[in-house]
Order: sequence, then structure tokens, then C-alpha cells
Amino acid sequence: MKKKWFFFVLGVIGFVVEPFASMANEITGEITLEYDVFFADAQHPDQSSKNYIASCAFKAEYYHEWDNGSSFVFTPFGRIDEVDSKRSHFDIRELNYQYVGDTWELRVGVGKVFWGVTEFVHLVDIINQTDLVENIDGETKLGQPMVHLSLVNDWGTLDLFGLPGFRERTFPGRKGRLRTALVIDTDNAEYESGAEDLHVDWAVRYSHSVGDLDFGIYHFRGTGREPTLRLGLNDRNQPVLIPFYEQIDQTGLDLQYIAGQWLFKEEALYRFGQNDDDYFASVSGFEYTFVTVAGSKVDLSIVGEYAYDERAEKATNPFQNDIIGGVRINVNDTASTEILCGLAYDLDNASKVFSVEAGRRIGERYKAQLQSRIYFDSTGDNITSALRDDDYIRFELTRFF
Amino acid sequence: MRLLKKQHRKVEKLKTALPALVLGLSLLCMTPFISAAQIDTDEPEKKGIAIAAENDRRDSGWLNNSATVKMILTNKHGQTNTRMIRFRTMETIKDGVQVGGDKTLLVFDSPLDIKGTAFLTHSHKDRDDDQWLYLPTLKRVKRISARNKSGSFVGSEFAYEDISSEEVEKYTYQWLRDEVYDGRDCYVVERVPVDKKNTGYKRHIVWFDKAEFLIRKIDYYDRKDMLLKTLTFKNYEKQLDTFWRARQMRMVNYQNGKSTELFWSDRKFRAGLKSRDFTKNSLKRSR
Repeated sequence: MKKKWFFFVLGVIGFVVEPFASMANEITGEITLEYDVFFADAQHPDQSSKNYIASCAFKAEYYHEWDNGSSFVFTPFGRIDEVDSKRSHFDIRELNYQYVGDTWELRVGVGKVFWGVTEFVHLVDIINQTDLVENIDGETKLGQPMVHLSLVNDWGTLDLFGLPGFRERTFPGRKGRLRTALVIDTDNAEYESGAEDLHVDWAVRYSHSVGDLDFGIYHFRGTGREPTLRLGLNDRNQPVLIPFYEQIDQTGLDLQYIAGQWLFKEEALYRFGQNDDDYFASVSGFEYTFVTVAGSKVDLSIVGEYAYDERAEKATNPFQNDIIGGVRINVNDTASTEILCGLAYDLDNASKVFSVEAGRRIGERYKAQLQSRIYFDSTGDNITSALRDDDYIRFELTRFF
Repeated sequence: MRLLKKQHRKVEKLKTALPALVLGLSLLCMTPFISAAQIDTDEPEKKGIAIAAENDRRDSGWLNNSATVKMILTNKHGQTNTRMIRFRTMETIKDGVQVGGDKTLLVFDSPLDIKGTAFLTHSHKDRDDDQWLYLPTLKRVKRISARNKSGSFVGSEFAYEDISSEEVEKYTYQWLRDEVYDGRDCYVVERVPVDKKNTGYKRHIVWFDKAEFLIRKIDYYDRKDMLLKTLTFKNYEKQLDTFWRARQMRMVNYQNGKSTELFWSDRKFRAGLKSRDFTKNSLKRSR
């Protein structure tokens, strides 16, 4: 697989860039040093005994744009982790050529697409696989090979996707923290489709803005991004969880309505084919912003969300009947200081997760970030109970170049 | 955005094509005579609005433009921070008549941690603007509220309302006096925001020069009617032999001792921008 990627990269660079390389050859990048501090010793067997874990990540981007508006982008990413060999990984986040016509856009290659409106739960986003070892919040994604045609019209935008090739979700290895009690054996993933990870998936999405309403509705057919975890044995006969990727059909909706300083948000999906159990899931939320709090430049937003999953305790994500309350503070200082914190409360078993993300720029080329998650009252059968000894603070320092 | 462009709303939306078009064109033709006559009046309200309308009229028909701005933020200790922002703006013109609000796209080039972050605004005269924010790391386009414009624009001394579209209809006017400012004969006009709830200001005092009806200075008074900020415009230059643009703008905040300067460059008028350059899709590829 890696070899394939490598030649794909060389091929596209050689073919597309060389003959035209004339303007705007732009290279940017970032290196991040990360330091995780866990408050307690690991609870699962074989996990690293270290409670202070360092890692280093890089991301580079080559971008080139032609006069006719078409462009090429290549964004490699990699991380080296001190203890977890599965968290040490490399990925091509983007490697694509895009052509822009008056009413249509065509993108071919590895790309990234985000769908959704809510802040704490990302329910309907499906094109790209989650790079879970990067961040347990699920916001970091793996590059997805795609042919993406976007038709931009007065009556809305129609996006058509052909997705050749599937990316498996990343999961922590045996030594890693923030994992399930049994290791997820990513080397032996199973598929419902005989084509396995070469199955071609499809998606179509219609989106539009009408006055104060922005909405999108899509249908996806192909390999589900969220595996069902099945008990099994690995090559050394140890009990593990084997990820099983089903063929699914999923219809999703996201909408946001603005009323003054209020934002009202809704994401909903209906999924067919996972575990032969069709189900409905949704997240509803609001956001209200106070501008220039107490005469300062500070903007403060209150965020509230409710997530529901019809499968209840069988849900494959932790938000099956949860309310989440949060605050975003945009200090609006020269360092662009921002803080987002939230408390998720599980209405079924009263477990709670407190999370904080904060960041500010240092000088012109550095950024410091802090992230923390603290788990309270995690009981036996909840997904978060596997993480109850993994309260952590993550410090990141990024240098941009 | 102010000075990059101004809004020209002599004509309402073309709902029924022909009658409105005829009415619109005749209004457009009449406006200069009305303005010229009313500037000579002694009634402060009529004179004030005539001056603002004339400023507006003289800056119509530039269609679209692009520019780069270097924004320098200075704190009270004299320490500076620099931001590079690219602007694109387009008038919404149909059959030669302005039919809607301007569209503006602005993209950050630096600092590098926010490189690629972009704002898209579709301005409206009769309701809140539509505004979207693009977050490049997540590839996420987020619709944001544009109701309250008193918030600081990326930590600068400019509020969103200071840089958003200039609409004659957004204020009530009163001519105060004539005065020489910076060696130029000027009209001094007070303007009061119509939407009193969502502004950070009680009033502005604006200095228009008599020669070209260009804004030379604005004093902003906060909601308690204390002098909060002064914006000055320097190095006006003529583009396409018609449209005046200041190369330099400086906002000084008296209450916190900070200031923000804007240095404009690479201005291109009628730069061939199209609707496709101001869509939600365009945000994702704006960089």
C-alpha cells in the first residue's frame, strides 16, 4: 500500500507540475512538538507505564495555482510517537488537482471534505476516515482518494463523489493510551465487501443557502467509515477486537438557521446496513454569541447540543443520549487567543466528560495549544469507561514555516 | 469594505424588470442634480445627506476589484503585529444597474497559523449580511452571525462595522459646519447609525473634502458619547481615472492607547472577478 502511494505521488508531481511550473510554487509547513500528561497510571494490560509521553508531527504543503484558476496541492503529514507504534504514522492528507470552471469544479486525487454544523459532535461527516490516533475528538481526518465534481448553480450546489479506495480508521496500538481494553487489531481488518479496501464508494450531496438558512442533504453508498468491533484473535492468538467494515447506505442532513446572534443547528442521519440494524441518529444544537463582552474585545459564545442515537447502548459512538454544554471565548487579542470548553453529560448512565481546547500565537511563527479531557463517573459498559484512567492534558507547540 | 468599495444603492432591487428599470435609470440620472442643489441648502439634514449621497454617487460602477492590505497593529507600548490580507470585492450588477449588495472575500496570508482563513460576505441593504468563515485546517465553512458588527476585526482597532459596506441608508445625517482640515476645505457631517441596537457607536463625525467628496477623517463616539477612535485617510490615488482610494488608513483608539494601520497595495479594478469567485465553494479554494 505504501509503495502504491509513493508512486502515485511521484507520478502526479511529475506529470502535473513539471510541464507548467511557472507561478506561485508555494511551500509552507509546520512542525509540532507534543507532550501528553496523563494523571493516572494506565488501566489496561500492556499499555506503556509512562504517564508523560512525547511525540512530534510535521505537515508540509506544496501549492501551485495557474492563471485559469486550476490548482495542485500536496500535503504530506507524519508523526513519531514515543511509545505507540500505531500512533507513529504517515499520511497524505491531500494530493489533488482541481479545475475550476464558471459553474463547475473538478477535483481529482486525494482530498478532504467536511460536512456538518455542530461543534462537539460531528455526526454526518463521512467522506474522510477519522485519524483517531491523532485526536480522540475525531476532527482529524485521513486523506481520501476521490473524483469530486461540484456543480455550482443559482438553485444550489450539487456535489458528486466517486471514492476509489477505502482508508481504515486508525486506532491506538497495544502500548498506547486512550484505547479500548482489548487492542483493536488494525492489521487484520475485515470487510463485508469482497473488494475489501478497493471498493468504490459513491456520494451525492445537494446544498444551498436560502436567506438565513444553510442546509445540505446527501446520500452515501459504500464502505462504512465506522467499523463494528468484533471479538477475535490476532496472529499470536491473543484476544483482540477486529474492525469489521460493512457496506452501508447513509442519508444525512445538516442545517443551520441564523436568527440575529442565535445559530440553530441540526445534523441527522439514517444508516442502513451496519449490523443489519437500520438506525437514526441526530444532534441538535444552538450557539449564542455575546459580542464585546463588558466593553472589551472579547466575544463569548454559549454552545448547547443534544446527541441521540437510536441504537442506545449499542451505539458505536459515545454520544447516544447526551447533552453537551460549552463556552467559546474569542479574546480577540493580537495573539488570537481562543478557548473552547465543554461538558458532555450522558443521560443514560450519568458519566461525564469535561474537555478544554485553548490556543494562542506566540510571535509571528509559533502557536501554543492546550487540550484536556477529564472523565467522571464512567461506569462499566459505557465506551468512556475504558478511558476513565486516561484523564490528560496535551501541550502542543507548533512552528510554522 | 470601506474605501475598497462603497455601496451604491440608488436603485432598489429589480423586482419587475421594465418599469423598475426605467424608474431606476431616471433616478440615477436625476441624483446628481438633486445632490448638487441640496448641498447648497442651509438645512443641516438635507445638506448632510446630500454630501453623503454625492460621495456615494462618485464611487459607482467599478464592478470588481482586488487588493492586498498590510495591517499593522500597535499596542500602547509601541509593539507591533503584522497581518497580510487579500481582498476581492464585486458589485452585484445586472443589466448595468446595481441590484443587490456587494460581495467581499478576504483571505489571510499571515500570520502563518491563520493562513488560508477566509471571510465571505454578501452584503444586503434591507437585512443582515450573509457571512461565512472558512477554517482551513478542518476544511470547514461556517455560517456566522453578521447581526452585531461592533466586535473587533481579528483583534484590530477596526470593528466589523468600520470595514463593512458603506450604505447611505445606514445612517441619518446632519451637516455641522465647513472647516479646513489638513489644508483642505471640508464639510463636517455628523451621522448617526439607524440600527442603534447593534452598533458600538452613538455617532460619527465625518470630514468630506469639498473638492472630491472624499472622506478625510472620521471620529467615532462610543455609546456613552465619549470620543473612542479616529480614522484618518492618507495618500488618495485615482484608479481608472475615476475612483479615489486611500493607500493608507490609520485608526487610533484613545481609550486603550492602541492603533491599527492599513497599507493597501496591488489594487486592481475591473479585475475580471466573477460570481464564481464569491461562492461558498470559492472560500474553500481561496487560500
